[in-house]
Amino acid sequence: MARLVAGIGTSHVPSVGVAYDRGKMQDPEWKPLSDAYVPVRDWLARLRPDVAIVVYNDHGADFFFDKYPTFAVGAAERYEIGDEGFGRRPLPPLRGDAAFSWHLCESLVYDEFDITVCQEMALEHGFLVPMNLCFPHGPDWPVAVVPLEVNVVQHPLPTAGRCYRLGEAIRRAVDAYGRDLRVAIVGTGGMSHQLNGPRFGYMNAEFDRDFLERLERDPGSLCRMTHQALMEQAGAEAVELIMWLVMRGAVGEGARRVHKNYYAPMTTGMGLITFET
Amino acid sequence: MKRDFLAVEPDCLVRDGCDGYASKMAKQIDRATPIPDTYVFDGALSRRGYRINKFCFSLTSEATRAAFKADEDAYMTGCGLTEAEKRLVRTRDFLGLIRAGANIYMLLKLGAVTGNGLYHIGAQQRGETLDQFLATRNVKGAV
Repeated sequence: MARLVAGIGTSHVPSVGVAYDRGKMQDPEWKPLSDAYVPVRDWLARLRPDVAIVVYNDHGADFFFDKYPTFAVGAAERYEIGDEGFGRRPLPPLRGDAAFSWHLCESLVYDEFDITVCQEMALEHGFLVPMNLCFPHGPDWPVAVVPLEVNVVQHPLPTAGRCYRLGEAIRRAVDAYGRDLRVAIVGTGGMSHQLNGPRFGYMNAEFDRDFLERLERDPGSLCRMTHQALMEQAGAEAVELIMWLVMRGAVGEGARRVHKNYYAPMTTGMGLITFET
Repeated sequence: MKRDFLAVEPDCLVRDGCDGYASKMAKQIDRATPIPDTYVFDGALSRRGYRINKFCFSLTSEATRAAFKADEDAYMTGCGLTEAEKRLVRTRDFLGLIRAGANIYMLLKLGAVTGNGLYHIGAQQRGETLDQFLATRNVKGAV
């Protein structure tokens, strides 16, 4: 039987991808971030997940407002690297697990989550930065992936509570899968930041630390937060944090928190939290 | 006993009152209390900025970026931008583009093709120089 073995909440700031590609992760400006992921990678190497479900949002590499799904799930054997406007990053394509993806899609839809099923998805920083931080690659990546895209860009967005419930439905799908598979789930984005308007650069470290604390001990209070409250307290683009609740809903109440880190150097609070089921 | 975090949630479509449909519609974005200096990208902005955003989104290949760089005006005409929208692009008026409905993530593609990075766009929106903006950061080398 399949088993959910790990949950990770992590920011997906694009400048990390640039630093990674330029070999700057050990520079003093990036070391407080990259050091925090060393024990996470060791921990994941012990847990040996076969598949990672990565909950992320596209930033205009593949999805446009002509048709904009609220939730979209990848169901392919392979995913290409997208071009966000800067050219393609020099990374190998991602390996999918189409059989598991289609099981997940079937389970979610019959469980009343009407996701969009995608047989082609070009992946970008929202997805790739967490992969760089958690799953170091050679010619291939150490895990197969299921990209799960969430609309956190064009309001109306799914509510925070809806994201948590999606996570619970994902857990039911994993638990019901007959193959012997070890699954990790990664919720990405945030933490506090604002990129649009004269409020550009707004951050709130106190909010971010409280969010990490609540995510561990009282996720229900976060599920009841409105988008307005999230945007007021943490910046308009911080609504991405609702994607962490998908992960939290999947690992469930009994999950044990393992790692935690916070670093806010420039315009975004970069958080990290992990859970073991 | 298993806690239900979301006990107040759904079923509201068939109820009314404080937990009901009307409050659910109103509560996620409170338009009566706009967030200062912030553009919440909703349906109204997405409709207003549709041409600009489609133009920006088109800049996600080497070929289209080369075509834009070769003749900006012809490229923008091909994307159906209005004269006012073209002027905002020509003058690299990023705050003006945001006000005209550009989504920040789409706008970053115009930034990339014109050599204007995120922090430049941000400083301009704040009405600051890049150096003034960087001086407000915790670790300004982490770029």
